[in-house]
Amino acid sequence: MQLPDAEKLLADLTEQLRPVVDETVAMIGIHTGGAWVAKRLHQALEFSTPLGVLDISFYRDDYSKIGLHPQVKPSDLPFEVEDSHIILVDDVLYTGRTIRAAVNEIFDYGRPASIHLATLIDRGGRELPIAAQYVGAVLSLPADKMLELKQDVDGKLSLSLRDIRLPEK
Amino acid sequence: MNRNPQLNKHGELQHLLTTEGLPVSILLHILDTAESFAGVTEREVKKIPLLRGKSVFNLFFESSTRTRTTFEIAAKRLSADVINLNIAASAQSKGETLLDTVNNLSAMHADMFVVRHVQSGAAHMIASHVRPEIHVINAGDGRHAHPTQALLDMFTIRRYKKDFHNLRVAIVGDILHSRVARSQIHALTTLGVPEVRVIAPKTLLPSKVERLGVHVYHEMAQGLKDIDVLIMLRLQNERMLGASLPSTEEYFKYYGLTQEKLLLAKQDAIVMHPGPMNRGVEIDSAVADGKQSVILPQVTFGIAVRMAVMSILAGN
Repeated sequence: MQLPDAEKLLADLTEQLRPVVDETVAMIGIHTGGAWVAKRLHQALEFSTPLGVLDISFYRDDYSKIGLHPQVKPSDLPFEVEDSHIILVDDVLYTGRTIRAAVNEIFDYGRPASIHLATLIDRGGRELPIAAQYVGAVLSLPADKMLELKQDVDGKLSLSLRDIRLPEK
Repeated sequence: MNRNPQLNKHGELQHLLTTEGLPVSILLHILDTAESFAGVTEREVKKIPLLRGKSVFNLFFESSTRTRTTFEIAAKRLSADVINLNIAASAQSKGETLLDTVNNLSAMHADMFVVRHVQSGAAHMIASHVRPEIHVINAGDGRHAHPTQALLDMFTIRRYKKDFHNLRVAIVGDILHSRVARSQIHALTTLGVPEVRVIAPKTLLPSKVERLGVHVYHEMAQGLKDIDVLIMLRLQNERMLGASLPSTEEYFKYYGLTQEKLLLAKQDAIVMHPGPMNRGVEIDSAVADGKQSVILPQVTFGIAVRMAVMSILAGN
């Protein structure tokens, strides 16, 4: 199937966010795909607050089933979370479990004034009452397909589909 | 095939008993995971939910303050329930065997045992006996091993020296009685440190220590030359049998680390000590509290490293 152009979705998302960004707003990307998207948005929208990155491995709900991810990266929120307005960014919104974990982790840094969610793709299939306020595109995909964001050496983003039964390339 | 008792059938860490024979990938996984935990202490809520609902039993058959406390803090930062048992003062003194004690605690639904024992091999024995869902961490057994101490030392070295592959490391003092030294030597060689030296009088060196891949020195003047990392060991009075040494004053004169002797090492060398320190015996206060000392950071890093070990074990 024909997947949308990730760079075009990113440009769309940038324009959706432009009116809401001011000096009270901070951005957090979820490692790894969400962090790539967040980095581009953060640059394009000229945030005055530094960009945060979350690795939600320690907050996953499937830890007791699959163990700790072998490549955990430190989370880094280099701004005051307390009372800030946060835009949380992920590449693909699916079950909502990653976002649940991310919101829990953010609250361990302080009580934000608000959290909004921005995502490049909403592929449906939610298992939790979670919705994104800023969406690049809505796609309907079969459950056995994994939608992955890739970043090439020049930083250009693209989307690809992978059969979940096949190993990661 | 002789399987490593620390690994499960998928080659993942099931128990942490010794650094000996652990693959470099597992050592690095622990150090990398610890980096992620190092930031948790700077947050508003110094806890993450990874071990929520798990019970960690600290079984200390030998007394310890720092190690037990840092294990307790590590487990609590991971949201586990921690039960501290000072066994020296309880059932064992009434005649219960080690395995009966462990069986009773297993029946209380323990998920993890952190074991310190005067007998070498105690943690191995418990690990080979418990149900497969229980994980065992060796927190020091006799003269044999103290793997989490060695791992936090590796973490400290990597923090200050970045890379293991161009380092000269000297371990100074009572190698004979030191489980820490043994675990450090295995970890350092596995991580690719090209030159590990031990510096000690003959009476404080195990026989055939060279077989561990170390260079042996008996004098500080030669041993400290070009050294990047100095690890000072405590003179273990409680483990000394008979007269290994004339006196502690004599020992300090030849092997105690003073500012003057430290000048023999590289200018940017770091000084480490697993604690507890005997000031004026193996280390002079001016060095212990000096610019090159990283002894207190070692203690802090110990929490992150123990969090990493516990969370990797509990997930496997």
